[in-house]
Amino acid sequence: MARTRDESSPLFAGNAAGTLRLIIYLALAMALMVLDQRNGWLWRLRYGASAVVEPIYRLAGLPAAGIRTASVAFADRQGLTVQNRRLREDLLLANAKLNRMSAVAEQNQRLKQLLDTQHSLKLNVQLARVIGVDMGAFRYQLTLDVGARDGVKPGQPVIDAHGVMGQVKEVLPTTSIVMLVTDPEHAIPVVDERTGLRTVAYGSREGEQLSLPDIPLAADVRAGDKLLTSGVGGRFPPGFPVGEIRDVAPADTGMFLVAHASVAADIDRSAEVLLLHDQAEPAGPPPPIVPMGPPAELAPAAAASAPVAPPPARGNGGVRR
Amino acid sequence: MNRQRLGRWLFAGTLMLALLLMLVPLPGVLEPFKPYWPALVLLYWALESEDRVGLGLAFSVGLGADLLNGIVLGEQALRLCALVFIALRFRSRLRFFPMWQQTLAVLALLLNDRVLLLVVRMLAGSSLPPVSWWGAPFVGAMMWPFLFLLLDDLRARLRVQ
Repeated sequence: MARTRDESSPLFAGNAAGTLRLIIYLALAMALMVLDQRNGWLWRLRYGASAVVEPIYRLAGLPAAGIRTASVAFADRQGLTVQNRRLREDLLLANAKLNRMSAVAEQNQRLKQLLDTQHSLKLNVQLARVIGVDMGAFRYQLTLDVGARDGVKPGQPVIDAHGVMGQVKEVLPTTSIVMLVTDPEHAIPVVDERTGLRTVAYGSREGEQLSLPDIPLAADVRAGDKLLTSGVGGRFPPGFPVGEIRDVAPADTGMFLVAHASVAADIDRSAEVLLLHDQAEPAGPPPPIVPMGPPAELAPAAAASAPVAPPPARGNGGVRR
Repeated sequence: MNRQRLGRWLFAGTLMLALLLMLVPLPGVLEPFKPYWPALVLLYWALESEDRVGLGLAFSVGLGADLLNGIVLGEQALRLCALVFIALRFRSRLRFFPMWQQTLAVLALLLNDRVLLLVVRMLAGSSLPPVSWWGAPFVGAMMWPFLFLLLDDLRARLRVQ
């Protein structure tokens, strides 16, 4: 190999041209980052390149799937028996609960019919499998094996058997990315099951939990309280478990209480999740009820009907950016 | 001619494999210690056959990794460019280091890469990562001798440059 080694790699000094090229490339990368942060190019590019990207995801997900399959194949008999018995018990328990629930649901249906509303308790769901792909960024995302071709849309809530996991963030043709509720950029409106207090749960920066930074000081919140989705904001339907309060303490400012909550959903272990479909909820709080009373013309002139100011529309159930 | 093509395939194949390994998840406990494979493989090729690896290649591999990872476009491009630039600049010296010294140099490069990543993430408004996050460069450096010998052996067997 006759190669001129002297020019291409000097032993000590670097050449100015190389440094210049480095600076150009670094500047290019930084410009790309800034533009991407502003305009979200990356996702458009990913959608365009999905024919390449998605097979790679499937390929990278193979080891995890293989390990799962192998663990089933090589699980010993005793373990399977134990698991089977536990599952049977769970099924029995769930069936018993369901039987009780069905009576309540029927009653609810009847009452709703009385109230003349169209909401039904039935859930329109779609089953999706989690593809085991490491997306970096401290694990706040999941990849699912359904995408735009299966009718998935950004913003759909994702749940598992235990509670809310997150919402669909980006959709590729046959895969989609889920933003977990533990993502610090995620916020979900919740209600305290015991007291009915409504607040917002954010993803926490400290590990796999939720933080509720703005609870009024006077509010009655205790460790062990269950949190449900409140349905405010219209993105998450009401009544799904979100988490359980772990601890409550006054904030550093002394103006609010800060609570931390564990996540109800089995975020680390779920291999299958449910996507909720067409939860056609009104986007925002319901319109204020016009106060009933005697006709306005009977009122004294001084207290002429003061119009009720509608509350400002707040989109709470979404991505905080 | 054929050997040359084989060499090119080996080169592209190892880079693709590195990107794939980057995506493969590990069990939760090991997750923060996953070495940054694309950097290691690029380093190897930068040291062993410099006419293949330049800043342009590092940039495009980084862009590919960003496309797959989906965090921010340009982040890994920046990191890999910086890494390859330093490696190429000190290439002649790094090549003649004994293995343990080379491993230390790789550790320094990977730590530098983590610092760079931290700066980028901080500028983007992310939170501080846990302490275990700093374990990855050490694991990466520990992997280096094995990767180096493996790829060297592979190249010797296939008799490619």
